[in-house]
This record gives sequence, C-alpha cells and structure tokens, in this order.
Amino acid sequence: MLVLENVHTHYGKIEALHGVSVEVKRGEIVSLIGANGAGKTTLLMTVCGNPQACSGRVLLEGRDITREPTAQIMRSGIAIVPEGRRVFSGLTVEENLHMGGFFNTKSEIRESLDHVYHLFPRLKEREQQRAGTMSGGEQQMLAIGRALMSKPRMIILDEPSLGLAPLIIQQIFEIIGQLREEGITVFLVEQNAHQALGLADRGYVLETGRIRLHDTGKNLLNNPEVREAYLGG
Amino acid sequence: MAAENIKHAFFCAVITLIIAYPILGLNLIPSGAVVSLEGADGSTIAAIIAAAVVVFLFQLFRDSIMARLGFLSRVNPLSGREPMPQHKRARLESWLLTGIIVLALFWPFFVSRGSVDLATLVLIYIMLALGLNVVVGLAGLLDLGYVAFYAVGAYTFALLSQYTGISFWMSLPIGACLAALFGLVLGFPVLRLRGDYLAIVTLGFGEIIRILLNNWTHLTGGPNGIGGIPEPTLFGMEFGRRIKEEGNTSFHETFGIAYASEHKVIFLYLIALVLAVITALVIRRFMRMPVGRAWEALREDEIAARSLGLSRTAVKLSAFTIGAFFAGFAGTVFASKQGFISPESFVFLESAIILAIVVLGGMGSQIGVILAAIAVTILPELAREFSDYRMLVFGAAMVLMMVWRPQGLLPMRRIHIELKDQG
Ligand SMILES: Nc1ncnc2c1ncn2[C@@H]1O[C@H](COP(=O)(O)OP(=O)(O)OP(=O)(O)O)[C@@H](O)[C@H]1O
Ligand SMILES: [Mg+2]
Repeated sequence: MLVLENVHTHYGKIEALHGVSVEVKRGEIVSLIGANGAGKTTLLMTVCGNPQACSGRVLLEGRDITREPTAQIMRSGIAIVPEGRRVFSGLTVEENLHMGGFFNTKSEIRESLDHVYHLFPRLKEREQQRAGTMSGGEQQMLAIGRALMSKPRMIILDEPSLGLAPLIIQQIFEIIGQLREEGITVFLVEQNAHQALGLADRGYVLETGRIRLHDTGKNLLNNPEVREAYLGG
Repeated sequence: MAAENIKHAFFCAVITLIIAYPILGLNLIPSGAVVSLEGADGSTIAAIIAAAVVVFLFQLFRDSIMARLGFLSRVNPLSGREPMPQHKRARLESWLLTGIIVLALFWPFFVSRGSVDLATLVLIYIMLALGLNVVVGLAGLLDLGYVAFYAVGAYTFALLSQYTGISFWMSLPIGACLAALFGLVLGFPVLRLRGDYLAIVTLGFGEIIRILLNNWTHLTGGPNGIGGIPEPTLFGMEFGRRIKEEGNTSFHETFGIAYASEHKVIFLYLIALVLAVITALVIRRFMRMPVGRAWEALREDEIAARSLGLSRTAVKLSAFTIGAFFAGFAGTVFASKQGFISPESFVFLESAIILAIVVLGGMGSQIGVILAAIAVTILPELAREFSDYRMLVFGAAMVLMMVWRPQGLLPMRRIHIELKDQG
C-alpha cells in the first residue's frame, strides 16, 4: 500500500531522515514510535510531499508519489490527521466535516457523515458547536472524523493521543481498531508506545532519523531495548 | 505602581513634544529661492506644551479615567443582545437588501446633484470593499496594495478610449479582466508569503504601479493624467448637450425632453448601482460555492487545508484574481465618472481607506462592509466644515468603533451549509 525506500529528507541543510525504509501493507495497522525529535512527523510529512524527499522513493499503491505536489497526493485515497489536531476552529463541527469531503459528491458526503457520526456519536451531539470551543478529546475525534470524510483507503495519524486523558485515549484506539475492521489501512505515529504497539500488526522504532528496529507489534512490546527506552523498563 | 505610572506618563508627554513640535511648531518659510526654517509663535508653543501636559495627566490617571469610560460600552444599545437565529437573520438580511436596492433606485430623482455624485462614489467604494473583502476578510490575505488593481481598471479604460475610442461598455469587461490578470500575476510571487510579509510586498506592488503610471509619461501622461474620458452611453445615446461621437444620438432629443445635466449624473449612479449589486451577488454566490469554503479553510489553518487536498496555489490565486477583477470594475466606473484620472487618485491612502472599510464592516460580512463603505465615504463629507480635522474625526470614529464593536459593525455569520433538507 505505502512503501518508503531509503528516504532522505532535509530541512534546509539539516538532514532529518537518513535513509528510512518503511512498508505498510494493505489492511494493516503499522505503528511508528520514537522519541521527541526522532523525525516521526517529518516522515509522515514526507509521505504527503511537504517537504519532499530529496532522495529515495515513496510509493503509494505502486505509484511513485515522491515528486507529486501535496494537493495531488492528498486526493489519492490517503488522509492524514495532522499533529496537534488542527481543526478549523472558527467553523462548526459539521462544517469541519464538510471540508473533509471537499472533493466528494453530495451523496458521498452524506454517506460518510452518517458513518462518522456513527463512529463518534459525541460529534453528532455537538454538530453546531464551533470546533475551537470543544475539548481536546472532542477535537481529536473531529480531526479523525474529518480525515475519514474523504473515504480514504489509508489513514495516517500523527500522535492522536497527545495530551488526552487515558479514558479518551482508550476510546480513540478502539476506533482505530475498528477502522482496520472496515478495511482501512492505518499508519500510526505515537509516543504512547504501549497502546500503539499493542494494537499494531507491525511496528517500527525510529531513532534520530533512522529505523532502529522493525518487528511485529507483540515482539516489539517484549523487546528489552524497547521496554527500556519507550515503556519505562 | 505610582512611580511606574509617573515614568510612563512622563515618557508619553515627551513623545508628544517630540512629535508635535516639528509638525506644528516649525514652519518652512519660502523667501525667494531659499527656504528658511522658523520657529512658531508663542501661542502655538503654549498649545503644544498644554497638549503635552494633558497627555501627561491622562496617562497618570489613565486607570481611573478608563474605568469611568467603561460605561461607553454599556451605553452601546447593540451590546449584549442575543444573536438572531440563523434562518431569521438570513431572511431579514435579504429583505433589508432588497429594500435598500429599491430605495436606492428611486432615491436619486428626489435629491440634489451633489448627493447623487457622492452616492456614486459610495457605490464605487462598495464595489472596492466587497472585492477586497474576498481577499482580506474571506481568504485572510492582508493586501495593502489593492488600489493597484483599481488603477489598472481606470487606466485601461482611459487609455483604450484615448487610443482606440472604445466605449465604456466594451471597456468594462476588458478593464476588469486586465485587473484580474494583474492579480493573478502578482499572486504568484507572494503565494509563499504570509501575514506581515505579504502586506509589505503588496504595499510595494501598489506603489510600483503608481510610480510606473507617474513616470511612463508618453503613454499615461505621467502626473498630468489623462482627461477627456467619455461617459457611458445608453444604447448609443449620449447624455451631453452636444453629441461627441458620430453615429450616436442624444438622450434628451430621443425622448423629446429638455436637456438637463442631472440626467448624466443619475445615469452614472444607476450604472454604479447595478454594478455594485452584481458585485455583491456574484461574490455572495462565490461564498456559497466550494471555493468560498476553501478560502475560509485556508485562512483558518493552512496545514489542515492542505492536508485535505486543497491546493494552496489555486485557492490563494482565485481570491486574489476575483478581488482584483472587481477592483477593475470599480476603476472603470471611477474613470468614467471623473472624466479625468491621474496617479494621484491611486495613492496608498486609498488602499488604507478600503481596508478600513473592510475591517470596520466586520471582515467577511457583506452588509457590514456596505454600511461601513457608506459611513466612511459620507462621514468626511459631512465633516467638511472642520475640513482640517477630518482625519482626526475619522480617527476618533475608528477608536470609538473599536471600543464598541471590536469585531466590526456586523461580523460575518458564515453561510451555513445544510444538506438535510435536500434530497
Ligand atoms: N520545519 C522545520 N525546519 C527545520 N527543522 C525542522 C522542521 N521540522 C522539524 N525539524 C527538525 O527535524 C527533526 C525531526 O522533527 P520531527 O518533528 O519530525 O520530530 P518528531 O519525531 O515528530 O517529534 P515529536 O514526537 O516531538 O513530535 C527535529 O530535529 C526538528 O527540529
Ligand atoms: Mg511529531
């Protein structure tokens, strides 16, 4: 589904990714964990073409998207929930969701709207509320809902648990599991290694711009190195 | 605390002196070929010192004075009212608009020529402000050089009529499209810029256009401007006493009525009215279309908008182009109304006034912008008696406005998209 081959990404002169190779297969949940500043967000943004990889290749469903403009990539069946949610705070919940389905027809929008409200009944209750006035957890639900509005075949999430209470985190991870049931491929970036690896089919550990480890989720959870560094021993 | 206050007050008083003395206290006296600098007389200096003392005292007791002034916001009859429900508001708005338009259609026949002339100017500003509202209010791109597109529209008509004898009606779309083209071309380099940087670059662009018009003497006539710009005709009928162009007939002869110079003014007013209504309707339409929502999304959060597959380039350029298009419209009407244009009509102050209209009107709301355009154009005219203090009155009005309604006259309620009642 999504393949990164030996990707290098620069911010000006600084190289943030030093040859990263990652593969996400159709129908999987793949988790990427790593410390602050490891380059997780950079990796996701490289997939979206902003910034573009300066060498290596990014393939989406076999198509080379390394040099494609962001707008085009984001319209080809992939959706991202960006770091820090980034809902349109002045727009209502409903309007935010509409923006998510910007390139879809009206009937498609209505369909995905029902679907999103089914996943997050809380959003339905708050339909007319301005997104900026909602709680962090609700905003995260909205950000995920908005990404789902375009009916993506693959969804990328950048730290969906950031700053949320355990109960809400639990809920959000349940939803992510549900998305896999529906056949959506999930690429998940997390600090919350325990939950992320517990849910994932496979996982990668990123350290200062390089992939350190790569294994199934379960094996990584039991890996002493991972336990030491990311699960607090 | 008190010491802090005294220090601050003293500082403000000194600043007042530094600013006021050179401006008011020094006079340039031309004597023959040389200019000499002379200090002002005693009374002026006394006034300046008095002003500094007033500033000092105000700053010293600012907290208690401002606390007293707090009642200002309570006096405001509009504060603290519940916002109207969406559908009621929309209905009221459209009734109000229709009413205003009907009134505006018949009104010129009952008032003086000067008022109609002023009203035409108001309509031109309404067009300009509605256009800039797309760029600043909806797309959130701070454009300080908007007057450039206005100039492009005006000069297009002036030059075309001078060199090719094209009529107002032919020139209207050409001027608007050329202005839109300029908007597109300017849009490209500034796409990556945001906020302050965008403001500065657009400001520079506005000045470049003006300086170009000023210096390209053999084409534009430079500072002397271009005169003899024809008035619009109605199906080949001219409004002047004598026919200027061959093949045209004259309005008063065709209808067998006595010649009156008012006909021309009223006709121009009606044209401006129709064009302003068209502008408002077209932009309203755009706001409801996906592109309108895309402008808002990009203004709210660029990264999020791009993550949804919106192209930053296309969205920003469309706002710039559409905004510029209507400025070109307004420019053509302006050139025709004045009959004479020069670069002096397109200085930065014009951009600032149009921007002030948009901000006062409440960024994004059309009715607000229209009301603000009326207020901003008419107030200085009413205050003509104190012509020297016009800008002062204007400034004071702005300050009061910001105390009363910091969100603008009628802040935008975004048009709500409802899917449920359809299908
Ligand atoms: N726009 C940018 N310009 C320059 N350097 C950047 C930029 N964005 C990120 N970096 C640098 O790239 C490196 C990787 O950053 P990145 O945001 O990808 O980390 P991360 O793994 O997502 O961290 P976190 O968990 O804190 O979100 C960091 O050293 C960061 O300083
Ligand atoms: Mg990050």
